[in-house]
Amino acid sequence: MLLIACPYCGPRDEIEFRCGGEAHIARPKEPDAVTDEAWADYLFRRDNPKGVIAERWFHTYGCRRWFNVLRDTRTHAILKVYRMGAPRPDRGPS
Amino acid sequence: MTRYSIVSLARNALSHHEHWPRLWRSPEPKPAYDAVIIGAGGHGLATAYYLAKNHGVTSVAVLEKGWLGGGNTGRNTTIVRSNYLWDESAAIYEHSLKLWEGLSQELNYNVMLSQRGVLNLAHNLHDVREGKRRVYANQLNGVDAEWLTPDQVKAFCPILNTAPDARHPVLGSTLQRRAGVARHDAVAWGYARAADARGVDLIQNCEVTGFDIKSGRVEGVVTTRGTIKTSKIGCVVAGHSSVLAGLAGFRLPIQSHPLQAMVSEPIKPVLDCVVMSAAVHVYVSQSDKGELVLGAGIDGYNSYAQRGSFHVIEAQMGALKELFPIFSRLKMMRSWGGIVDVCPDASPIIGKTPIEGLYVNCGWGTGGFKAIPGSGFAFAHTIAKNEPHALNAPFSLDRFVSGALVDEHGAAAVAH
Ligand SMILES: Cc1cc2nc3c(=O)[nH]c(=O)nc-3n(C[C@H](O)[C@H](O)[C@H](O)COP(=O)(O)OP(=O)(O)OC[C@H]3O[C@@H](n4cnc5c(N)ncnc54)[C@H](O)[C@@H]3O)c2cc1C
Ligand SMILES: [Zn+2]
Repeated sequence: MLLIACPYCGPRDEIEFRCGGEAHIARPKEPDAVTDEAWADYLFRRDNPKGVIAERWFHTYGCRRWFNVLRDTRTHAILKVYRMGAPRPDRGPS
Repeated sequence: MTRYSIVSLARNALSHHEHWPRLWRSPEPKPAYDAVIIGAGGHGLATAYYLAKNHGVTSVAVLEKGWLGGGNTGRNTTIVRSNYLWDESAAIYEHSLKLWEGLSQELNYNVMLSQRGVLNLAHNLHDVREGKRRVYANQLNGVDAEWLTPDQVKAFCPILNTAPDARHPVLGSTLQRRAGVARHDAVAWGYARAADARGVDLIQNCEVTGFDIKSGRVEGVVTTRGTIKTSKIGCVVAGHSSVLAGLAGFRLPIQSHPLQAMVSEPIKPVLDCVVMSAAVHVYVSQSDKGELVLGAGIDGYNSYAQRGSFHVIEAQMGALKELFPIFSRLKMMRSWGGIVDVCPDASPIIGKTPIEGLYVNCGWGTGGFKAIPGSGFAFAHTIAKNEPHALNAPFSLDRFVSGALVDEHGAAAVAH
C-alpha cells in the first residue's frame, strides 16, 4: 500500500487515489497533420520503465485534483511529488 | 527421453522412485543457434517445442534469467477457456483449447487439464446483454457456449448466493463446459521436457542484457553468460517486454502491472467448477489439494516488483464473501503477485518488430496461460517462416498504427 503525499491535502492512503499512468504525454497540437506513426506514439506507445517513472495521480476521494509523482517501479518508493504543468524534476528542460 | 507409462512407474517403484531421470539437460550455451527464445515461461517453451516439432528447427536455445516457469506461468490461477468475443480471438484461443485437449498425450506429461466448466456471472442488465452477445458470437464461431438463467446457475453451482437481494445479484451467467483449469507448472515442465528431447537447449540463470543489431538486423544476443550468435530471436518475456524492446531500440504499447492471486487453507471439495465475475474482479476454483485458488484485478500503477497493494486483495475478498457466504470464515494461506504485460486492447502482440529477425510474443496480460499451446504453435510458425500464421496475423504490432485493434476489454469478461 502506498502513502501518497497529495500536494494539496498532505499524505493520504493509496485507496483515496487513482493512478492515471505516464505523465508528460502531450497531445499533438494539430492532430489532423500528424502521421499515423506519430498518432500511435501519442495514443498507445509508452516508456514503461523498470526504474523511475513519471506518472499522474488523481485524488479521487479528496481534493479531486491531478498531480505528478516520480516513483521507482522496482521498489514502489515515491521519490518526488510535483504539480501538473511543472517539468519533470529529474530531467533538464527539453 | 524416458516414456512415462504404467510400466515405467512400476519399474521405478522397485527402486523407491529414487532413480527417475532428470526432465531435461542443463547444457552450457553454445556460441551460435539457428534461433534463440528469450524467456522460459509457458509461451517461450511451447514456441521452442513447436519450432522443433512442426518446423524441424532444432538448433534452438531458450534463455531464462531465473528458473524455468518461475514467471507468470508459475504464478497464475490457471483458468483455461476460449469464449472470447471477437472472431480473431475466438480462433486463436479455441485452437489453443483444442491443443490443450490432447496435450497430456502429446507431451507424455500429465498437464492435469480439468474441463469442469467456467461460469462468467452477470450482475446487471449490461452484463446480461454482453454475456448473451458473447454466447451467440461464440456459437457462431463454433466455440461451445451456453446462457444460464439464475436458477440454472444455482443448480450448476449451489454454494453461490443467488438471492435477489444479494449485494451482487446473479442475473444469469455464461457457461463454457469445455473450459476449466490445468496445472501451471506441469505445462512448463511438459513442454520443457519435450523440447529438450528434440534437441532444444534450455539455459537457466542466463539473462539477456542486450542485442547485437547490425543495419536493422539481429545478429546475436548479449547475455550474462556471453554473446550468442543467431539470426532469429523470439522475445517472450511477459512483464519485461518493454525492457527488452528498449534494449533493441523500439517502444511497445505495453504497461507492466502487478496482478495478485492467493490460496486458502485446504477444505473438502465444495466447488466443482470455475466461477468468474468481471464486475467485482473475482475468479475462483478449488485445487485438487482442496485449496481455493483466487485471483484479483490488476493494481492500477506500473510495477516490476512482483507484489501489489493490500487493498486490491481486500476488495476482492469482500466481493468473494458476498458471492459465497460459505467462505466467510475461510483463512487465506498465501498471496503473491506477477507482473503482467497489459496491452491497450487486451489482446496479445505476436509477430514481427521493426528489427529484422526479432519477433515478439507479449501483451497477454492477465490472461495468457490458456493460450500457451496456441500461441507457441503460431509464434513458432512466424519465426520459422518469417511471416505470421493466419491465427496470429491479426495480432501484429502494427495494428496500433493501422488502428485495427482487437478490443477484448470487457468483451471477454475479464481477460483471465
Ligand atoms: C496472478 C495471476 C493470475 C493469472 N491468472 C490467469 C488465468 O487464470 N488464466 C490465464 O489464462 N492467464 C492467467 N494469467 C496470465 C498468465 O499467467 C500469463 O499471461 C502467462 O503465464 C504468460 O506466460 P509467458 O510465458 O509469456 O510469461 P512468463 O511465464 O512470465 O515467462 C517469461 C519469462 O521471461 C523471463 N525473462 C524476463 N526477462 C528476461 C531476460 N532479460 N532474459 C532472460 N529471461 C527473461 C522471466 O524470468 C520469465 O520466466 C495470470 C497471471 C497472474 C500474474
Ligand atoms: Zn488532495
